Amino acid sequence: MRENLAVLWDFSPRLVDGVLVTLQLTLGGALGAFVVAVALGLASRSEAALLRGTARVVVEFFRGTSLLVQLFWLFFVLPLLGVRLEPMTVGVLALALNYGAYGAEVVRGSIASVDRGQWEATHALGMSGIHRMRRIIFPQAWALMIPSLANLLIQLLKGTAVVSFITLSDLNFHVVQLRQATGDTLFAFTVGLLIYFVLAYLLNLGMNVLEIRAKNSLGRGPSMREIWRPTRPESAEVGGGTP
Amino acid sequence: MIWSWERALEALPLLLEGFRITLLATVLGTLIAAGLGLVIAVLKRALPTPLRQIVHWATEFVRMTPLVVQLLFVYYLLTEVSPLVIGVAVIGIHYATYMAESYRAGIESVPKGQWEAATALSLPASRTWRAVVLPQALRATIPSLGNYAVAMFKDTPFLFAISVVELVTSAQQFGARNFAYTEAFTLAGLIFLLASYPTSVLIRRLEKRLAHY
Repeated sequence: MRENLAVLWDFSPRLVDGVLVTLQLTLGGALGAFVVAVALGLASRSEAALLRGTARVVVEFFRGTSLLVQLFWLFFVLPLLGVRLEPMTVGVLALALNYGAYGAEVVRGSIASVDRGQWEATHALGMSGIHRMRRIIFPQAWALMIPSLANLLIQLLKGTAVVSFITLSDLNFHVVQLRQATGDTLFAFTVGLLIYFVLAYLLNLGMNVLEIRAKNSLGRGPSMREIWRPTRPESAEVGGGTP
Repeated sequence: MIWSWERALEALPLLLEGFRITLLATVLGTLIAAGLGLVIAVLKRALPTPLRQIVHWATEFVRMTPLVVQLLFVYYLLTEVSPLVIGVAVIGIHYATYMAESYRAGIESVPKGQWEAATALSLPASRTWRAVVLPQALRATIPSLGNYAVAMFKDTPFLFAISVVELVTSAQQFGARNFAYTEAFTLAGLIFLLASYPTSVLIRRLEKRLAHY
């Protein structure tokens, strides 16, 4: 055990590098996936049949074919078609398209479940399409979609572990290296899985903060400050945290 | 010419052979996940608190860590066991932790009065579960289990990591041997799409039907 810990200590800079690659992929992939999800989610509610149809096909396509197939296709086939991308770009792209397609369903569903009266009110006020979406509908849908998006984000973090197949030295890659360095499978993978677990929990925590803020800005639920306050005043519970 | 029909036709039998393993892994994995998931869900309700906490954290740990890393872990740990057996077991256990959550939601949807009625009739715990709670809970749970089965199907390519010759591994091998990645991976994607899309549609229908009772 003592030897293992010594090897781990020597190895730690590489593990940190691996974590950074994994985080880069997770954040890049999540950002890309969010853009894809919102674009496809909004498009699949469009009144133009062609746009709506295209969005549905794209969503079903990227949901229906597996992440690894998409990753390999981008990595092995694109160069044959004359498009050369960095492995990191390929990884981010595959994650963004795959999880973005799942996210599109979440965005579509959340927008659909915003109260009808809210839509009618925006019409009554004569708001333009973009204005209505940006100021009224999306902020409410956003609060609804965060829990599902949080799940997808964890899935995405876990999905990044396949990029070591396309030559990226992510956390998974370095865990396998640590196993070879220590010759102790149980030790190396316990360390690796624990790091993944902590990362997932931190991401989940971050998403909880986002959810609290989104709900609070709609006047539902307490604000972050009220949650952190060590002794909560009585009135906060009655008032429900309205600003 | 980028696409060759000849090579595509040549790849097809190999891919279908790989697809057979993919299906086998999915079916066996689903059986393990559905069975173990139910056991976890019931244990989480029935066990005393400290034990329940252990089950809770163990399942959280499995749920929140990557399937590929888990596969590699067990693969290197149990070098004597066949990769396919390891793959099916790990995928089954991984998805059991997800299905347990579905069962939990299903069990919670059973009205409290049903539990009280079972107590009033002084049914033993095992009969309460078997005859009263589970038949009602499962109805709400089945579509969600189906969704996870489809998700599992789309995760079987991860078995590539431990060299199980499923669909993606066969595609990769064929592509490397003949330098025909375009045909191999495109066909692999199409096979996934052809199998998973109709299944998702069926599950959506099942969901609608079971919801109206």
